[in-house]
Amino acid sequence: MRERLSGSLGETMPIRIQDLPKKKYVMPGNAACPGCPLNLGLRYLGMAIGDEAILVIPAGCTTVVQGLMPKSGINMPILNVVFASAPATAAGLATALALRGKKAVIVSWAGDGGTGDIGFATLSGAAERNDNIIHICADNEAYMNTGIQRSSLTPYGAWTTTTVTGKREFKKDLPLIMLMHRVPYVATASIAYPLDFIEKVRKAVSMKGFKYIHLHAPCPVGWRFEPSRTVEIAKLAVETGMWILFEAVNGKLRISPPSQPFKDKKRRKPVAEYLRAQGRFAHLTDEDIKRLEMYVDEVWELYKKLESL
Amino acid sequence: MPLKILTGNYAVAEAVKLARVKVIAAYPITPQTTIVEKLDEMIEKGELDAVMIRVESEHSALAATYGAASGGVRAFTATSSHGLLYMHEVVWWVAGSRIPVVMAIVTRAIGPPWNIWSEHSDIMAQRDTGWLICMAENNQEALDLTLQLFKITEDERVFLPGMVGLDGFILSHTAEPVDVPDQKVIDGWLPPRNQPYVYEPGKVFNMGNLPASTKDNALMRYDIQRAMEKAKQVIKEVDEEYGKITGRKYGGLIECYRCEDAKYFVIGMGAWCGDMKEAVDTLRGEGYPVGLLRLRFVRPFPREDLNTYLRSCKGVVVFDKSVSFGSAGPLYLDVITHTYIDGIKGMQVKNYIAGIAGMDVSYKDFTKLIKSVVNEVEEKGFIERKVEWFLG
Amino acid sequence: MAKPEIILPLSYPAPAAAGKTGTWRVKRPVVDHKKCVKCRMCWLHCPDGVIGINEEGPEFVTIDYEYCKGCGICERVCPVKAIKMVPEV
Repeated sequence: MRERLSGSLGETMPIRIQDLPKKKYVMPGNAACPGCPLNLGLRYLGMAIGDEAILVIPAGCTTVVQGLMPKSGINMPILNVVFASAPATAAGLATALALRGKKAVIVSWAGDGGTGDIGFATLSGAAERNDNIIHICADNEAYMNTGIQRSSLTPYGAWTTTTVTGKREFKKDLPLIMLMHRVPYVATASIAYPLDFIEKVRKAVSMKGFKYIHLHAPCPVGWRFEPSRTVEIAKLAVETGMWILFEAVNGKLRISPPSQPFKDKKRRKPVAEYLRAQGRFAHLTDEDIKRLEMYVDEVWELYKKLESL
Repeated sequence: MPLKILTGNYAVAEAVKLARVKVIAAYPITPQTTIVEKLDEMIEKGELDAVMIRVESEHSALAATYGAASGGVRAFTATSSHGLLYMHEVVWWVAGSRIPVVMAIVTRAIGPPWNIWSEHSDIMAQRDTGWLICMAENNQEALDLTLQLFKITEDERVFLPGMVGLDGFILSHTAEPVDVPDQKVIDGWLPPRNQPYVYEPGKVFNMGNLPASTKDNALMRYDIQRAMEKAKQVIKEVDEEYGKITGRKYGGLIECYRCEDAKYFVIGMGAWCGDMKEAVDTLRGEGYPVGLLRLRFVRPFPREDLNTYLRSCKGVVVFDKSVSFGSAGPLYLDVITHTYIDGIKGMQVKNYIAGIAGMDVSYKDFTKLIKSVVNEVEEKGFIERKVEWFLG
Repeated sequence: MAKPEIILPLSYPAPAAAGKTGTWRVKRPVVDHKKCVKCRMCWLHCPDGVIGINEEGPEFVTIDYEYCKGCGICERVCPVKAIKMVPEV
């Protein structure tokens, strides 16, 4: 099986599943919930980078996924840090290792809170300075680790424990905000498209400066769906156009192949199919769904315009 | 060894250069700003081989410094007042990770109202964190203490971060003659960077995930306390060695000024101890048996060293340039506690909370206040109001 | 690394960082190896990496039941429905 992927120069660089490293970068018996998308993301991260990766992880689900000392549930060097500090710490660590001539890939791996809310200032600072790190936002669209509270990346209408009748605000478009920081690499990814994600991570590794990858990670517990459907829900997000896969090398935005078909509104699955599959949208009215459809259309128009620049 | 006319901030910058610091995180705050400005100038002129990370906040300043330090290089930052408060959670994190880092604190009052003048509230608010905490009396000591901290914090008996305080504007912006040691001399004395663990590819370990056993966690905490106790010895050793290579030694944890045969002691910390020394001289001239015990280090608290003097004294005056609201001055609280722990009884201890909000306390004020305490104890045998605010 | 007297907040990669997570599941995946087409989708999409690939062996896919949490993603992603989630008890 192979996914055809687009490289930065438009060439196809197929990654074959059989070529992916089998080394376990996520240890069995870790503390993640069954069906956890963060585990998927971490496995793919390990496959993408390998032994040169060093992770800087602020407070969030991934902190807990690691399990209990003296054991670590993730087979990569990890520096756990306070909530609002991951990109800055990663920048310091990357600087030190570069000065010492050590070849390492420093990845600041944070959730949507640690990236877009409490972690936003430090993220923006690292991006503006073009610090040589990769920041990956593992976006499960709420503060999941503290029990499903809304974040700025929670979508419109979603139930959380602090928006029990549904969030009123729309999802903050963090990938576009990072695009406007004019950093060398910005991309979105999804745990349902592992080869696309791995290729993007490897692309980021090959570049110098600040690289940002926003990984869509549907959470069975917080989004209220069966844990077996994690990959399916992530796929639906892309197929309905609610999540757009793109990459921007030096500011040049390209819609990624898995999302290409959905530029055409007629080819997108109905947004309702994605929403009805998740308990967190159970109370949505038809009007809410319409609002979300319009939102999806608007966002697509913007992205298509950006791609044409 | 050339004498340079340096402000306290520039003296600290010279020390950072001598220590061959490799990564500096810079964020400005009055009255620290000229430290990072000078360091940037040194880097850009090629005098200091280091990388400066121009962070967007103090929280990120310490985070970046800590990240670099975890990656195996000497890293430094500086801050004051609200900046120090902003990075407070990182201050705890660095100490708990046992990664040696040196930070300069140009002490400044905390608002509201906004106040840029010197107070010790900011640095004293870090007492519980597990950082070594010391304060300089003058610009020479600001340089010397910064250098010494690199050696002390990286000693394997310690492995704790350290902060050196210097009074805002009084020291930071006032120029004094400072002897800047020769780079070769410092190179021969300061060993290469040492830390308990270091991140690099190939070393697969994890720092800080949740412990299965809370007792293990408690033991980690206990180890910080153990290291603090060990640090007392290390501080003294380093002061001795430094004395041999530069001709300047201060006495380790405390400096004793005319205290050998004193019956009354003044205890304080920081720049205003210079004025206290003037007061001690004046009072000695009038026949008062007074001496100054200047705390160089407040963490670890120099219980043993202080108590060798306090064991047989009649009275003590403790000057605090900050206050623990709802209680008393923090130095006072420590002095009372640690003399009690060693079974010292019978002496009277007065707390003056002074210099708050940057209020000036002249050597004449000190003379008057110390004299009044000594007189009170001599006449009445006890101090009626133990804790008093001096507001001029 | 520091001398053993210093107690550091460090941990090392190991299985069972949260215990024997196999005890969590209420359903277990069972593979019909006759149907398996060796596409590796189950291996690729298993969040805990408890599905192994055995290139040589008679059974291409192995499952570590000591740690499998029974999430059921493997059943969903298998294109030929070679995996079935069956009740644990």
